[in-house]
Amino acid sequence: MFIVKYKKIFLSISAVLITLSIISMLYFGFDVGIDFKGGALTEVVYENERPDKENLILKIKDLNIGSVLFQPTGEKGYIVKSRDLNEDEHALLLQTLSGNDENVAKEVNFNSIGPSVGAELTRKAIISVVLVSLAIICFIAFAFRKVSKPISSWKYGLIAIAALLHDVIIPSGIFALLSHFFGAELDTLFVVAILTILGLSVSDTIVIFDRIRENSKNEKEKHENKEIDFKSIVGNSLDQSFARSIATSMTVILVLLSLVFFGPESTKYFALMLTAGMFFGTYSSLFLASPLLVLVEEHQKKK
Amino acid sequence: MWKKIILALTILIFSGAVALFVFKSEPKLNKNFETESSFFKNRPFRLGLDLSGGSHLTYKADISLISPDQVGDSMNALRDVIERRINIFGVSEPVVQVQHSGFVSGADEQLIVDLPGVTDVKKAVDMIGKTPLLEFKIQAPEGTPQKATVDENGQVVLNLDSQFVSTDLTGRYLKRATLEFDSNTREPVISLQFDDTGTKLFAQITKENIGKMVAIYLDGAPLSTPVVREEIPNGQAVISGSFTPVEAKELVRSLNYGALPVPISLVSTQTIGASLGDSATSAGVKAGIIGFALIALFLILWYRLPGLVGILSLSIFVLIVLAIFKLIPVTLTTAGIAGFIISMGIAVDANVLIFERIKEELHAGRNIIDAVSTGFARAWTSIRDSNFSTLITATILFWFGTSLIKGFALTLGIGVLVSMLSAVIMSKVFLSLLSFMKENKFSRFMFSSGLSSGKIK
Repeated sequence: MFIVKYKKIFLSISAVLITLSIISMLYFGFDVGIDFKGGALTEVVYENERPDKENLILKIKDLNIGSVLFQPTGEKGYIVKSRDLNEDEHALLLQTLSGNDENVAKEVNFNSIGPSVGAELTRKAIISVVLVSLAIICFIAFAFRKVSKPISSWKYGLIAIAALLHDVIIPSGIFALLSHFFGAELDTLFVVAILTILGLSVSDTIVIFDRIRENSKNEKEKHENKEIDFKSIVGNSLDQSFARSIATSMTVILVLLSLVFFGPESTKYFALMLTAGMFFGTYSSLFLASPLLVLVEEHQKKK
Repeated sequence: MWKKIILALTILIFSGAVALFVFKSEPKLNKNFETESSFFKNRPFRLGLDLSGGSHLTYKADISLISPDQVGDSMNALRDVIERRINIFGVSEPVVQVQHSGFVSGADEQLIVDLPGVTDVKKAVDMIGKTPLLEFKIQAPEGTPQKATVDENGQVVLNLDSQFVSTDLTGRYLKRATLEFDSNTREPVISLQFDDTGTKLFAQITKENIGKMVAIYLDGAPLSTPVVREEIPNGQAVISGSFTPVEAKELVRSLNYGALPVPISLVSTQTIGASLGDSATSAGVKAGIIGFALIALFLILWYRLPGLVGILSLSIFVLIVLAIFKLIPVTLTTAGIAGFIISMGIAVDANVLIFERIKEELHAGRNIIDAVSTGFARAWTSIRDSNFSTLITATILFWFGTSLIKGFALTLGIGVLVSMLSAVIMSKVFLSLLSFMKENKFSRFMFSSGLSSGKIK
């Protein structure tokens, strides 16, 4: 009940978080990975101590492979980012990094993506995003196809979509922050994370809305179609769904956190994004979507 | 009551069998793996390149010179040529796939080559880069030293390669090969048509080798050794032999595309060192185990007795999913492992929905038996709805994703599907078995959850 009572506070929290996220995205921007823009990533580990990167950059200048970026990794390693390399350039780069076998750089990971492949991946990502969004909107429309009073079904749908945007924007804002400070890159996994968040968080909202609809139907039958107190119905429905909602997202968040802290390096940011998405997805179904419903109903009454 | 006990026992025995399968078919878990039967041996987890280490190459095929209706055939032939080439080098379980152009995948026809265990890209690229060769060889003149080996049974086996010597005739001069059926014997035969140069060469070869064998070599391995019957001046040759129609068809295709049917160029490469793959695998396994332990802890603390049942059905869920991964088989990648771990969290979701409903029914004043059965019935629609959207996402990702995304979508999708099954069947059987406990304060407490004591509100 307290959620409905203090709905303005919770709605403002969401509004502030969304604003901050958008500012973070605009201000920091995203560091687009080689998946999408093409390029090469070479990860090496040195046998002995890793050499100075200034020296290496100077030597690499002679190779004619454009500008390179060095990122220290682990204790003895570097990640070298450059434009996409063909096999000869790749071999040459490795040789230079090893300083002609003075201090052998062992390659642990090499990834070179041509610009055409990058463009293709970008198109695939965009198509997937569009398709998943369309499918989810269809799913919402289907879930709310039965008209219910006092609020028409398309408003349920619109609010569910607003909640979804909230769930996607906030993790993206967090990612922009991570991108700026820790070098997280916008790659295919980022897109997958966003799409998975869409799928996971919409269901939570729908289950709660379903409860509200069920309760308002029961209430209407009890009071023989007289005016019903929508506010208290929403409050009761939230009370009923509260524990369930928290518990179900809790289990998913627990496994996601174990992925963040113990899982493979390559899926760390992915799991972190999903954790944020899951958290804000649950928050939005309880503290954003339902209060918004009450707000819409109050607005309708005034008219 | 007896029925339920038998059902529960059946499920337990079944899961025991699944556990045995998962364990026995995994070399890392099973010390006696060497002595296992081939059924188990052939079903270890299949690890993707990012876990096993290896190279991933993407080639773009130049199809500008090929008529549109031939593109599909040419790409399949290209795949066969490359696959054969890789097999010669003894790479274990290479994966060669054609990615056709289209609205989603882009304008390029691509060939994707995965080489597990090959971490030297240069070698891998060289391996594929060489144009496959179709050669015609003739029998070596008598008196040439023959190489021979003695096999296990003590029989002398002539080394075929030393019996033949190369000629100038190669696949370069082959115009086309077609599949025909002998009008008398109805046997499949292969008809070859050489171009002008080839016709001259072939006429000369056949003239000099009547009654002898001509060997047709593909990529350095003998494909067929027909016997020459007469001189053939018109550049047409017929290979008859004891092929099945399928073999003959294969052979025709190989001959038609003895050389790379279309020029290819390398557009992207990825190599993952074995050590990086190993550490990713162990980190994935560790995250999975810790995630499982955390869920188990949460379930016991919050849901008590039903929580215990939840852990049991979650364990069975994990076993079934792992067995499915082995049977299909699903190629596991880091993203795939993440998908599986997330599906573990979602699997518990269904249990939580059921337990919460049971708690509500208890509060509403029902006894335990009724609470369990109505709780299940009421939770089903929520379970279905809450998994549906995830399934939509997984399906779309699987259709349109790259191999990395496909791995994630597949494991997540399988996990979600199995989880609905495990929650609804397993948890129900076990819980309704337990619900025949004596009805008292303690049992009501055990069936309740969180801070609630199970009293009627």
